Amino acid sequence: MTYGDVRAVDGVSFTVAPGEFFGLLGPNGAGKTTTLEMVEGLRKPQAGSVRIDEHEPWKREPALQRRMGVQLQSSSFFERLTAREQLDTFGALYGVAAGRTDEMLEQVGLVDKADIRTEDLSGGQKQRLSIACALIHDPEVVFLDEPTAALDPQARRNLWDVLRTINDSGRTVVLTTHHMDEAEVLCDRVAIMDSGRILEMDTPAALVRGLDAPVRISLAPGTLSADDARAVAGDDAVDTDESGTTITTRDPSRVLSDLANRDALAGLSVKGASLEDVFLELTGREYRA
Amino acid sequence: MNAFRSLARAMLKGFFRDKMAFFFAVIFPLMFLVLFGGIFTDQGASKSEVIQIGAVPVLDDTPREVKASLAESLEITTSSDEKDAIEQVRKGDADAVISQRGDELVVRYSQADQVKAATVQGTFQAIVQSANIAVTGEAPRFSLSTDQVEDDSLKPIQYYTPGLMGWAIASGATFGAATNLVVWRKNGLLRRLRLAPIPTRSVVTARVAVSIAIAVVQAAIFLGVGVALFGLRLTGSWPMIVPLLVCGTLAFMAIGLLAGAIAKSEEAAVGIANFVVLPMAFLSGSFFPLDGAPGYVTAISKVLPLKHLNDGMLDTMVRGEGPAAALLPMAILLGFAIVVTAIASRLFRWDD
Ligand SMILES: Nc1ncnc2c1ncn2[C@@H]1O[C@H](COP(=O)(O)OP(=O)(O)OP(=O)(O)O)[C@@H](O)[C@H]1O
Ligand SMILES: [Mg+2]
Repeated sequence: MTYGDVRAVDGVSFTVAPGEFFGLLGPNGAGKTTTLEMVEGLRKPQAGSVRIDEHEPWKREPALQRRMGVQLQSSSFFERLTAREQLDTFGALYGVAAGRTDEMLEQVGLVDKADIRTEDLSGGQKQRLSIACALIHDPEVVFLDEPTAALDPQARRNLWDVLRTINDSGRTVVLTTHHMDEAEVLCDRVAIMDSGRILEMDTPAALVRGLDAPVRISLAPGTLSADDARAVAGDDAVDTDESGTTITTRDPSRVLSDLANRDALAGLSVKGASLEDVFLELTGREYRA
Repeated sequence: MNAFRSLARAMLKGFFRDKMAFFFAVIFPLMFLVLFGGIFTDQGASKSEVIQIGAVPVLDDTPREVKASLAESLEITTSSDEKDAIEQVRKGDADAVISQRGDELVVRYSQADQVKAATVQGTFQAIVQSANIAVTGEAPRFSLSTDQVEDDSLKPIQYYTPGLMGWAIASGATFGAATNLVVWRKNGLLRRLRLAPIPTRSVVTARVAVSIAIAVVQAAIFLGVGVALFGLRLTGSWPMIVPLLVCGTLAFMAIGLLAGAIAKSEEAAVGIANFVVLPMAFLSGSFFPLDGAPGYVTAISKVLPLKHLNDGMLDTMVRGEGPAAALLPMAILLGFAIVVTAIASRLFRWDD
């Protein structure tokens, strides 16, 4: 898929199983939105094909569209309608009974804002409403483009619950996100994209394991003398500063039992590699266009 | 059907909650009606003010009944200060100064107000001529009798209501379609609606229905105000304005869609729509009659949809023509709508 000279999506191939929770990760401009738009049917691939069951989404068959819920990256609403009216209108487009509106307002925590015009909602509230509009007809497959981008931590956790519930009831969810913790918590499988290609695709746990990164074990300041620290660490790296001592090791069990023997566990924290490390390892640390 | 209804409801709410859009579609044109109605109802009664210097025997000797009819169009005051009187004419405080030098009647006027200048000249010409005939002692052989052709002289309000109403409907439909298209394209709603299981047709028909509904509201308000406040009198086939404004709305929506398809931003769409609608309103005689306009203006006006809407409405609302008078304008408006919509749909984009 190209825009002029830009190859936005180039040879991407993946399959999402029914009931799966799939995440598309990648830096800005990686091609996530473009990929989703092809899957949703907004763009016809210039080469290759997209199938949802047997349907080609760009043909926009109403039967398929009724089974699909879509939240686009930018919230799009009717001008000057209240939150409730937006949901009623979208509901009517999908032939949904009016009672669903209250249910959805409840689910995304906008009951208090039901009669506020969308122009007067905060960014995060708009985003929640946009997600509610995507879910109003209880779709089988849900596509969400950065659904949690503007959400506060509470709303984010609440949305996770909503999405998990949907997924647990057998629905398929495909989302894009820049929050690695979110992908780690929610997704059965993630694909990490850059420059229009998929670099890696697996379960978050397998990707982290594949990174084979050392574990960072930190202790409160003064728990361990410098000599003891070096003794415990052996060949591993030790770093001591005013916030405490950090040992970076590939053999955390040995280090931890050693520390336990010395009764030096005050302020202990253990940090393994995360999906974020995998992401940065794969896509580099430079800014993206 | 459900989709059509809910979309139409959403658009209507959006329109009536948009104070600016409502103002420009309804209140603003109505202000012109009130203004024109106020200004031009006075005009018939407004007399030319003439200052008479010294004795003017030609005038003083005219028969009593002639004097009475003169009093309807002239208001004659006397003065002895000729300089001051001429100065008043120059400033526009008076319209003419008359004096008599021997057998010569001297009329000094200002061309600033051409209508009054002509009235004054004509009137005194006639007075001099009838005085000349009177001197010959013969009875005048020819006489003039005048008779107006309209049943109720096309009083200004009769003319301006259809014209301004046409302008209001043109701006409402053009701006509505143009901004709707651009805003929905920019905020992604067009794309979002594309993913909903509804035919594109229901979005289009909803917009058409809403624009027609707005046009009907505009017409009802105009006719209501015209009849109630300014003595507008509708003639027999006035209900033909309903099909006329349906066709007109389609034509103006087509212009709006074209503007919306070209424009990159809402501001640009409004600009383009303004650029089209305002000159079109002038050239279609919405603000003043085109009777005296040069040929090329009349030629241009023939290709403007508003001109044909105005013609159709004038004919059926106030000129007392039968319903058939609306058919040709309707056909032209529909043809215009089809052609321009076809062009707009070639330029149409779902997103930027
Ligand atoms: N309508 C468009 N016209 C031209 N280029 C585009 C268009 N949409 C996207 N692009 C380009 O295609 C590439 C992929 O864009 P895309 O929106 O798919 O990225 P993304 O992964 O969703 O990024 P983000 O995380 O910022 O949302 C980018 O280089 C972008 O500049
Ligand atoms: Mg994106």
